[in-house]
Amino acid sequence: MNNPRPFADNEELTELRQQMLSFARLQLSDEQQAEDVVQEALAGALKNAAAFNRSASLKTWVFAILKNKIADALRGRYRQPQMTDIDDCKDCSLADDQLFDERGHWHKNERPQRWDAPEQLVHDEHFWRVFDRCLDAVPAEQARVFMMREFIELDSQEICAALELTTSNLHVLLYRARLRLRECLEDHWFGAGENA
Amino acid sequence: MMNCQQATRLMSEAQERPLSLKEQAELKVHTLICSGCRRFGEQMHLLRRFTKASHPQDKDDSNQ
Repeated sequence: MNNPRPFADNEELTELRQQMLSFARLQLSDEQQAEDVVQEALAGALKNAAAFNRSASLKTWVFAILKNKIADALRGRYRQPQMTDIDDCKDCSLADDQLFDERGHWHKNERPQRWDAPEQLVHDEHFWRVFDRCLDAVPAEQARVFMMREFIELDSQEICAALELTTSNLHVLLYRARLRLRECLEDHWFGAGENA
Repeated sequence: MMNCQQATRLMSEAQERPLSLKEQAELKVHTLICSGCRRFGEQMHLLRRFTKASHPQDKDDSNQ
């Protein structure tokens, strides 16, 4: 296979770097460290450009590298604790009244519906735009731990240590993030006549 | 008897830790009679798959 030159387009690269930076900032809450991991990830990607397989998208590939760099940075933190961002779990006391009635059962119009053809969606750009918007609508602290768990793929212990959270706080934050994300996807994609 | 709020909470936690036999049994009984929670459980796995496959965007990604 000849060299696909994945970084030939400067504009694409600049935009990609911006997206990486904002993601790294959100995850690390540390400007300097965010810059560092993005630089490292890009350098690693450039160095291995020959190994890049065109069948994957450039973004997928570079984000996979970034993900590992962020995971390393977060794991490094518990040896040098410094963050106390999410100390008191504001959302933990937030009620789920909109979804459940007083006996803890689904409100009639909130009961989860069937999601049709979820397998097809991975290649559907329109779906990903809705997905991103739904993720943006999740409160920042919840979104952050959710992405640490599901995108960076740290385990509970690692996240609790990095953010100085108790396990039960973490579980509540993740639960709330999932409730909201699920509901948003159902309202704006699955239940919205497919293409709303 | 477990309600939907408790059931969904447990299904979320099952993504982080193995449930005890007691929890599994209670959940099983609940989802047997509750289609909403049964779907919720399936959708938890889908959320994980979607998120893994996603590319996080800029928060103010309106420049396109």
